[in-house]
Amino acid sequence: MNNEAVAIRTENLLKSFGDYRAIDNLDLDIKRGEIYGLVGPDGSGKTTLMRLLTAIMEPDSGQAWVAGHSVVTESERVKEKIGYMSQRFGLYEDLTVIENIIFYADLYDVPRKERPERIERLLGFSNLTPFKARLAGKLSGGMKQKLGLACALIHTPEILFLDEPTNGVDPVSRRDFWKILYDLLKEGITIFVSTAYLDEAERCTRVGLIHKGKLLAEDDPAAMKKSFGYPMIALWADDPRRAIEVLKMVPGIKNISIYGDRLHIALESPELMETIVFELQAAGIVMKSYRNIIPTLEDIFITKVAGDE
Amino acid sequence: MLLRIKEMIIKEFIQVFRDKRMLGIIFITPVLQMLAFGYAATTDVTNISTAVYDLDKSFESRELVQRLESSGYFRVKVHVEHADEIQDLLERGKVIATIQINSGFSEDLKKGIPSSIQVIVDGTDSNTATVAMDYINRIIMEYSGDLNRNIETRNPTIDLRARAWYNPDLRSRNYNVPGVIAIVIMLTCLLLTSMAVVREWEIGTMEQLMVTPLRPIELMLGKTIPFAAIGFFDMLVVTIVAVFWFNIPIKGSLPGLALNTAVYLLSVLGMGLLISTISRTQQQAMMATFLFYIPAVLLSGFMFPIENMPQIIQYGTYINPLRYFLVIIRGIFLKGSGMDILWPQTLSLLLLSIVVVTLSSLRFKKKIR
Repeated sequence: MNNEAVAIRTENLLKSFGDYRAIDNLDLDIKRGEIYGLVGPDGSGKTTLMRLLTAIMEPDSGQAWVAGHSVVTESERVKEKIGYMSQRFGLYEDLTVIENIIFYADLYDVPRKERPERIERLLGFSNLTPFKARLAGKLSGGMKQKLGLACALIHTPEILFLDEPTNGVDPVSRRDFWKILYDLLKEGITIFVSTAYLDEAERCTRVGLIHKGKLLAEDDPAAMKKSFGYPMIALWADDPRRAIEVLKMVPGIKNISIYGDRLHIALESPELMETIVFELQAAGIVMKSYRNIIPTLEDIFITKVAGDE
Repeated sequence: MLLRIKEMIIKEFIQVFRDKRMLGIIFITPVLQMLAFGYAATTDVTNISTAVYDLDKSFESRELVQRLESSGYFRVKVHVEHADEIQDLLERGKVIATIQINSGFSEDLKKGIPSSIQVIVDGTDSNTATVAMDYINRIIMEYSGDLNRNIETRNPTIDLRARAWYNPDLRSRNYNVPGVIAIVIMLTCLLLTSMAVVREWEIGTMEQLMVTPLRPIELMLGKTIPFAAIGFFDMLVVTIVAVFWFNIPIKGSLPGLALNTAVYLLSVLGMGLLISTISRTQQQAMMATFLFYIPAVLLSGFMFPIENMPQIIQYGTYINPLRYFLVIIRGIFLKGSGMDILWPQTLSLLLLSIVVVTLSSLRFKKKIR
């Protein structure tokens, strides 16, 4: 597997825990320079896939190549070329910011000469320069996350793996974080990121929806919305909660979700709209208005996951 | 490789010195344990509570009681007036020994007729009972010997002159304190090592370490060397307490002690690493440590001689580092033994260390299961 354009590739990757298949014959193909977003509900296999690809967990069967090396037979070669930030950032809270960075620099054998410049740059883009001497445990969630990223980047990896990096981080820090990721992307780093936030998935060049260890859908966000098989409407009614109860019974409605005072409804066919109007009237619910909309990623994922259940 | 190990060691030291509780475990608990166990670890029997039932009430009977008391081993707490009090006192545990001197004792002595004294000892604690009886025996023998000399009826006797080597005063503390040093160091090192590895699992840094090129052996050494240094320092402190506080003499060579301590620490740290590879939380590590530590102490010869144990348990003690180090440290402290005598123990410890460190390196795969 020496295709330079391929960053990550898996073939029939399988990992079970007892009877449960956490990763179920998964095929992935990710090109260099992509920022690939892995989305899925909790327990869908996101972290397991991360661990398999970062070569810290062995698959039961199948193969995976990362940066041109097999994670099964050349796991240590893989590790030299990747950076990984686990869900808990992997920081030593009783070490200072700079001590954490130097520690990882030593583990990765970063040459002494290059260190000062690299460290300065990493501290600069993560805005941690003023906090160099602060204990990592005393940083805010957003700063910890950036320090974790700095540590994962100290050896200038080719591929960066981020496992739910923005979990529990405030919106402003999340936005800053994504800015940093885009800068990295410009430098040619491939990024594989799992997230539970769908607004973040929208920012990826490609998105994969994982559920029960399988990819349910995979495309760039715009194409995914276009190719979503069902017409989507937004509907305003005077009692949206009761409207859900009524419409749940209507066959042919693929999914309903509520956004404030409006409902997003995925229809099997546009003709179903007449049935909806009729059913709501019969239940005495006043429908104020409705219109066709482009589905959000959230609509798509909820519909697909519900369809897979 | 060396750089990575060095950085692991530096990191480990920084973490230890920033953690106040860790500092306590390292510097204060060993000394406190040494002081407490040093005082407690004596099997010498003194001040045995004694009841005297003197029916003779003569000069001779009082002289005998006087000798018992002045020996320091017995303290007469009660003078009994009725025979039935004796059982009551023993049952309540008020006294451990009772001595009954029948009337006619002094008359018999003066006539040169052998007389008898009844001694009853509480046998619940068989060790104390045996020792108490032995002391009473010796004191009475001495007394009777002195009487014979006074009366000048020289019976031909064998003059027994027993002498204890290496610990002439038979101070059990001299024998036990070196053992205490060994067990105090063992506990500290086991806990430190197993905790240090498991903590990386708990805070999530182990997963991060696994994606670095850090090799298992580098991690193992990075985790052992700092605690070996700390263990060595503790050994020094505890030994100083033993020598200068408890006046335990060291007859053997200090370099010999240092060398053997190094090997012993390696084996104990290896055990700690092994424990850490089977534990994922600090509680589990703590449990596993004590599940190993308590049998290790009981089956080491620290309290019960290994030769008295059933053969199958004796085989089990071969994997116990404490077993070997007790022989070494007692040999060096009490007998002044050199390596010419102790080498089999040192070699066993070394082999054991190699086995456990290798085993834990093998068990530690850079993989999450």
